[in-house]
Amino acid sequence: MKISLETAGLLAMAAIGVVLIFVLPAVAEVFLLFDLTVFIVMSILALSLALVWGFGGILCFGQSAFFGLGAYTYAVAVINFGESTIPIVLAILLPVILAIVLGYFMFWGRVSDVYLAVITLAVSLIFYYLVGASAGSDYKIGKALLGGYNGMPSVPPINVPGYPKSEIVYGDLYILAASVLMLVYFALRWFLASDFGHVVVSIRENESRAALLGYDTRIYKLTVFAIGGGIAGIAGTLFTAWGAYVSPTVFSMVFTAQIIIWVLVGGLGTLLGAIVGCMLIQFATTWLGETKLADINLILGAVFVLLVLFIPKGIVPMFRDFLGPLIRGKTSAEPRSNNN
Amino acid sequence: MAQDVLLQTHDLTMRFGGVTAVNHVNFSMNVGELRCLRGPNGAGKSTFFKCLVGQLAPTTGHITLNGHEITGAEPHEIARQGVAIKTQVPSLFDGLSAAENLRLAARRQSDRPTTKAKVEEILELTGLTGQANKVVGQLPHGQRQWLELGVVMASDPDLMLLDEPTAGMTHQEVVQTAELIRRISQGRSLIVVEHDMQFIRMIADKVTVFHQGTILMEDTMENVMQNPQVRDVYLGKQAGSNS
Repeated sequence: MKISLETAGLLAMAAIGVVLIFVLPAVAEVFLLFDLTVFIVMSILALSLALVWGFGGILCFGQSAFFGLGAYTYAVAVINFGESTIPIVLAILLPVILAIVLGYFMFWGRVSDVYLAVITLAVSLIFYYLVGASAGSDYKIGKALLGGYNGMPSVPPINVPGYPKSEIVYGDLYILAASVLMLVYFALRWFLASDFGHVVVSIRENESRAALLGYDTRIYKLTVFAIGGGIAGIAGTLFTAWGAYVSPTVFSMVFTAQIIIWVLVGGLGTLLGAIVGCMLIQFATTWLGETKLADINLILGAVFVLLVLFIPKGIVPMFRDFLGPLIRGKTSAEPRSNNN
Repeated sequence: MAQDVLLQTHDLTMRFGGVTAVNHVNFSMNVGELRCLRGPNGAGKSTFFKCLVGQLAPTTGHITLNGHEITGAEPHEIARQGVAIKTQVPSLFDGLSAAENLRLAARRQSDRPTTKAKVEEILELTGLTGQANKVVGQLPHGQRQWLELGVVMASDPDLMLLDEPTAGMTHQEVVQTAELIRRISQGRSLIVVEHDMQFIRMIADKVTVFHQGTILMEDTMENVMQNPQVRDVYLGKQAGSNS
């Protein structure tokens, strides 16, 4: 009964996803799709932190470092190559390598949670100031001018692999981004349901017990951290391609804090929560910005405080706690490993 | 005879600043033995265990398991060599189910069907079949203790270290635990830290008494009980000491 319910939930989610991906572009206006695309891109980024923090138990305060590195790598590479296939691969690979190097020192050095948060934040801020200081014609990689705080404009879009003229923009980019989001979501569900994923969750629950059972926790944490870095890199690539522009704000403190807020609001320890939290906050931000009802930061700050006070577990766990027993017809608590 | 030695420590010493918790301990036990460790609080039993499983790297000295040096190795490496521990305060995956806890313990060295069978067998043995899908954090203390014994069993170790497996249990639970330990000790080697004399009598044949980080004596339970030095340690002479 439980398995069929879960499977039904997954199938329903996949069906809704497919409908949204392919039907929406036919009926929605272009500017809505354009807005939605960036929300989706940010949701992919939110998923990366949901994995690393929510399931790996690694409080990474600098997930923006991997996102920004992906965004800049794509920009620099695509300006030089003129075709997007290799740049996309590089924009995923470089953040993965950064995560492996950083993770190696942190996990093998047994850096504890708080210091890990500080280190990752510092890495992102180092990128922020480093790239910010790259103004002027001296700072260029190949043909690509880094541009300092002004950023890099006119970045070529993603194209169909092997066909530089077949650009993927607007509605097509929406379909691509939404497909990637679905792919990442279901791939992570599969990953967390695997034996490897179970060990990852067990390390979050009790690292010392996992080690005493013979699991080398460092390797598991490093793998999760690297996967998270790669996913953030994908999001960074799509972000640059979406706006044809990237600037050091992708490494900023404000941006990296937003990722954490998305995950917290949606519900830490869930994947769906990251998407829900990210979408809701971005819709709210856009709506407040357009209607000018009140200061965006004031409202968002107040909402965040209220959420932490009244729904500390986040939106998705709240609904699950409320609806789960109604659907199943019982009240027994479910193990946290099922809260994907 | 030398092949039968499972665990040996040579001059094992663990210092924390000015405090020597384990002081030049030479300990030896054979394959298949069930040994009891006794000693007042602060005698160094738990620290000794932590050195054995790699949670603490000893200041000096050596530990060998089946003739292999394991001194200062990582906990996961020592676990893979066949050492498993039930800690003093139950250390479990509190957010996961009882079955999942056992599965994680068994899965590393067994394939899926074997793991499944093993989990069911241990749930049965520990009387936790009805709690298989309950979140471990919500189980009562006694059941958590048994589950941790099960987790230790599920990893199929050569040597089990049980640190106060009856702590906080009712008399009835203590008797059940003794029975459980007797059953799981078949063909295995165990070291059990325990204060409860009746419990020790129920399970162990040989007792090692720790005091102030050193081994005070090693003998049968009867002889240990009658030894005036041991009595002094537990009663009169050590009453004013916290060591």
